[in-house]
Amino acid sequence: MVTVTTNVERLKKSTDRRRYTDRTFYTVFLLSTLVSTAALIIIFATLSLESFEFFTHVSMAEFLTSTRWTVLFAEKHFGVLPLLNATILTSLIAIAVAAPLGVMIALLLSEYASVNIRSVIKPVVETLAGIPTVVYGYFALYFVTPNLLRPLWEGLQLHNALAVGLMIGVLIIPIVASISDDAMSAVPADLRLAAYAVGSRKSDVALRVVLPAALSGVSASIILAFARAMGETMIAAIAGGFRSILTFNIGESMETMTAYIAQVATGDAPHGTIEYQSLFAVGLFLLLITAALNYIGIKVVKRWAIKY
Amino acid sequence: MEIESYNQLLKNYMEQGKEAMVDISGPEVVRVENLRVFYGDKIAIDAINISFKRNNITAIIGPSGCGKSTLLRSINRMNDLIPGAKVSGKVYFNGIDIYSRDVDPVYIRSRIGMVFQRPNPFPFSIFDNVAFGLRVNGFKLSKSELYEKVKDALVKAALWDEVKDRLDKHAYSLSGGQQQRLCIARALAVDPEVLLLDEPTVSLDPISTARIESLLRSIKDEYTIIIVTHNMLQAARVSDYTAVMMPDENMVGRIIEFGETRQIFTNPRDKRTEDYISGRIG
Repeated sequence: MVTVTTNVERLKKSTDRRRYTDRTFYTVFLLSTLVSTAALIIIFATLSLESFEFFTHVSMAEFLTSTRWTVLFAEKHFGVLPLLNATILTSLIAIAVAAPLGVMIALLLSEYASVNIRSVIKPVVETLAGIPTVVYGYFALYFVTPNLLRPLWEGLQLHNALAVGLMIGVLIIPIVASISDDAMSAVPADLRLAAYAVGSRKSDVALRVVLPAALSGVSASIILAFARAMGETMIAAIAGGFRSILTFNIGESMETMTAYIAQVATGDAPHGTIEYQSLFAVGLFLLLITAALNYIGIKVVKRWAIKY
Repeated sequence: MEIESYNQLLKNYMEQGKEAMVDISGPEVVRVENLRVFYGDKIAIDAINISFKRNNITAIIGPSGCGKSTLLRSINRMNDLIPGAKVSGKVYFNGIDIYSRDVDPVYIRSRIGMVFQRPNPFPFSIFDNVAFGLRVNGFKLSKSELYEKVKDALVKAALWDEVKDRLDKHAYSLSGGQQQRLCIARALAVDPEVLLLDEPTVSLDPISTARIESLLRSIKDEYTIIIVTHNMLQAARVSDYTAVMMPDENMVGRIIEFGETRQIFTNPRDKRTEDYISGRIG
């Protein structure tokens, strides 16, 4: 006859130990979270404070409506539109490259590629995002513009928005491809079978079922990639130049918001000057735009999200 | 008849309507001969011989894992989509071997439609769900013709009255039973000859189940229906013929008895059928 007894002493001890362990890990994880949250708050606070100083000298109206940005010159104008224009133009070119290519790569990965091919293509595509952006920058300046674009477009300036946009486009392909691929892979197999069962070809399944069913994720990937493009600095600074002129000619040099920040921050604008403060105002403006884009991205996903 | 000309014939038939169809093979629409299906190295079903008659409902019953669904998927080459699935033997559709190299499985599936266990409407509107098959099969239809075809299919699927005022609403706004009838409408819209149903009511409540059973009876004059179910009462209620499948000692699914439904349920020839339908096994 075997009797089963519970060691009450040990039971108590193990409960205590578990409680202690849980609490320790909870504290460690919470601290890590607090550090990153604090970083965000401090960045936002610093930008806001210096920007506040800036806007005591410059009216909000001038900042948002003037078409001249000549902060580093003797005669100063503080219209952010030339910088905003350059940022939006280069980002639009980038999206025009990355959206179609990224979505097609995602369709290849999720619908056509075998497991073997997928295991090759996916890391290769993701490597594009891992290349240091400074490499993209001088590649745009010393290869893309002189060797690829100039033969087709004679009057192209050495620094130009087109090459910047194209290279940022390549950089953000993995963002579109990866998030879209996740969204497409999450489309239930049921729906593919249903499509095949009424006589669909693979292309019908991919384009008429999977793509529409994954539309919220695909849209989100494009919005997030656009936000990333707007924030890209190195490529814009190296290949776009520092010419803050309001122009819609993408063959010309133009300065993006990020390029301006890089230019001033690497120069010697003394603390407390208007040049120094303008940097924070532009930074805050950029932060607000990209934050708004991310917010819209999340809204889009929620609004179109499909519960299978 | 040559396969090329047969496919041409079917295409003409789809364009012209049913009367243009030459009766190729008498009352037998699908005939399965010595069918064996492998998944990898494992034989799932073996020595399957059965034929399905035009404008009849045939039920395939049997315990879980006996290969009912595998047999069903062999009839419209849905098994092609399962990695590792291999088929030997013959499946004739109107006398043509559908596994012959010249036959396009996509075309076969537009002639032999399928409805699945779980309702799986597309995340589109009700209308676009039903119109989907017409669009992918390249039917050249005017807007009003498309609408008529969609309406026809929804009427046949006994869903029209419930959705006629909200065809543009999302399919997921429908109840489970309505979604399954929508899936039946989607399959019927391309006007197939054969409709395969893989346990179509397994996830539905009794009222929805009864609706689907009565709609199947109401459309059997126009289609040949093959339904897999492990609800024996359902087989008894809807079908004209019943095939009983059972796994053998190696878990290979086989048909142990096939005949008129009434005979199967009142006077089974095989002892295992009797045990199964009286609830002693399965």
